[in-house]
Amino acid sequence: MTVIDVKNAPKKAIRDTYGEVLVELGKIDPDMVVLDADLSESTRTHKFHLAYPERFFNAGIAEQNMIGIAAGFAYTGRTVYVSSFAIFLSGRAWEIIRQQIAYNKLNVKLVASHGGVSVGQDGASHQMNEDISLMRSLPNMNVIVPADSIEMEKVMKKVHSIKEPFYIRMSREKFPVIMPSDYEFEVGKGFILKEGSDVSVIACGVMVSIALQTAYELEEEGISVEVINMASIKPIDRELIIQTANKTGAVVTSEEHSIIGGLSSAVAEVLSEEGCNAILVRHGVEDRFALSGPALEVMEQLGLSVEGLKSKIKQALGKKCQK
Amino acid sequence: MTDFEKLQQIAKELRKEIITMVYNAQSGHPGGSLSAIDILTVLYFGGILRYDPKNPDWEDRDRFILSKGHASPALYSVLAHAGYFPKDELLTYRKTKGFAPDGYSRLQGHPAWQHNKHGAPGVEASTGSLGQGLSIAIGQALSLKLWGKDSRVYVMLGDGEVQEGMVWEAAMFAGHHKIDNLCAILDNNNLQIDGDVRDIVNIHPIKKKFEAFGWNVIEIDGHNYKQIYDAFIQAKETKGKPTIIVAHTIKGKGVSFMENNFKWHGVAPSKEEYEKALIELS
Repeated sequence: MTVIDVKNAPKKAIRDTYGEVLVELGKIDPDMVVLDADLSESTRTHKFHLAYPERFFNAGIAEQNMIGIAAGFAYTGRTVYVSSFAIFLSGRAWEIIRQQIAYNKLNVKLVASHGGVSVGQDGASHQMNEDISLMRSLPNMNVIVPADSIEMEKVMKKVHSIKEPFYIRMSREKFPVIMPSDYEFEVGKGFILKEGSDVSVIACGVMVSIALQTAYELEEEGISVEVINMASIKPIDRELIIQTANKTGAVVTSEEHSIIGGLSSAVAEVLSEEGCNAILVRHGVEDRFALSGPALEVMEQLGLSVEGLKSKIKQALGKKCQK
Repeated sequence: MTDFEKLQQIAKELRKEIITMVYNAQSGHPGGSLSAIDILTVLYFGGILRYDPKNPDWEDRDRFILSKGHASPALYSVLAHAGYFPKDELLTYRKTKGFAPDGYSRLQGHPAWQHNKHGAPGVEASTGSLGQGLSIAIGQALSLKLWGKDSRVYVMLGDGEVQEGMVWEAAMFAGHHKIDNLCAILDNNNLQIDGDVRDIVNIHPIKKKFEAFGWNVIEIDGHNYKQIYDAFIQAKETKGKPTIIVAHTIKGKGVSFMENNFKWHGVAPSKEEYEKALIELS
């Protein structure tokens, strides 16, 4: 497999790609509408607003109403994109998302920016570490967490024509672009970025590039790490999880999200239901609130870093040996 | 000129069906269904709402959303009477078995959208969790306008329901955007589950509140057919503003022992009470 130079890879914020692709989609789909709640510059929906002002609606600081309006548009047969920060979109408006979008399987794409702690300086009030958990539990809801801007583009172009609800989670920061350009995203499919035999890291979002960097560094210590990008958290790639768990016997999940209810739980469900003979260690935001600070410093503080992941991987290897 | 007497006869029939449905299910909300039914009768059978029961997806139809979804017996009785589905199906209300493709009921406790797996034809949105219908109606109204259609969107709210903050987010938005193909109806029956709206958290003066949010407000007696009809016509003619018809109604209207008694919000009648109600409605 090609070695990806994570450290020197170009960096791009996923939300920038979101804004660009929205405009592209708006051109081919004249029935599509976009809604935002007073954060259109941050979420990048303002690009669509500039291109198609008549099909952009700003709900103001009123996320519940925004989701209700989005549902109304979708009931009439339109493809609807709704954006805000993850905390407000998935948290504030959760019950309306449940009653309208999930229950009726409406064609609404909930695209949340500022997911996780890499929001940084805004602090705990704006750091959303529970959204994957909240969204994953809703019937009919698909949950996707792209790893970089290449993947974001592929995700959007794939799901645009799938008339189902999607929750797509983006982080605020610029992170390395690491997915191969010929990569094709499939709902329900994971992707092996690096093969390995001692331990498997199943990651999503910005943790994918960190996982990859960690794997390369551990290679030098003689530890062979398999790295899987699990962008599609619901539905999840059960076969790939079983396959990698049976191969390495040790799985570490890595996510910029609480270790409760997110990717780790989705993987744990598969491992236990399938009776896989593998240790699981969860790498994510421990059951806590984080603090303000520059994004990378906040992540560092929480152990969402190469060093933090290394220690989780070693923990998993230790447990594997004890068995 | 609409034949109001004929409409009143229809409403009488529908009231019996409402009581029968709730009695049959031994569950449901008779009070708020009876307060709403005269308004719905005028809307559906008085030539106000544009619809085709043989083609529930007709793109040029008007829409009606029952935001106070617990009054589903009223909506279901109206839809059956309009011909969306046979009246026999009303007995599947709140039952497990029914006429959905998988054999389960389409008449859920609270209405499910017609393209929901267990929704009934003619239901334009899933409701039941209060406070959401007005926002949905705004989305539909904007969408139809954007497509250049002259269709209108009607939405009925309860007076207790407007205690929900989301209603005021929506009211502010609709006023700001001057959405004039939108007509809300407030079924102001003064009662909510725990008692009198004015005692629990007073919503009044409701007319002034909506006016302050940029709405055209029409106050009527929600059991007076001419007033209901005229209000709908006036709403249709009002341009540059959304309209809300504040309809003063009586909870449990038509069944003496249910009238103005909050205890009948969500209780089914006994056999004795059911028979008494049917006699009163005959």
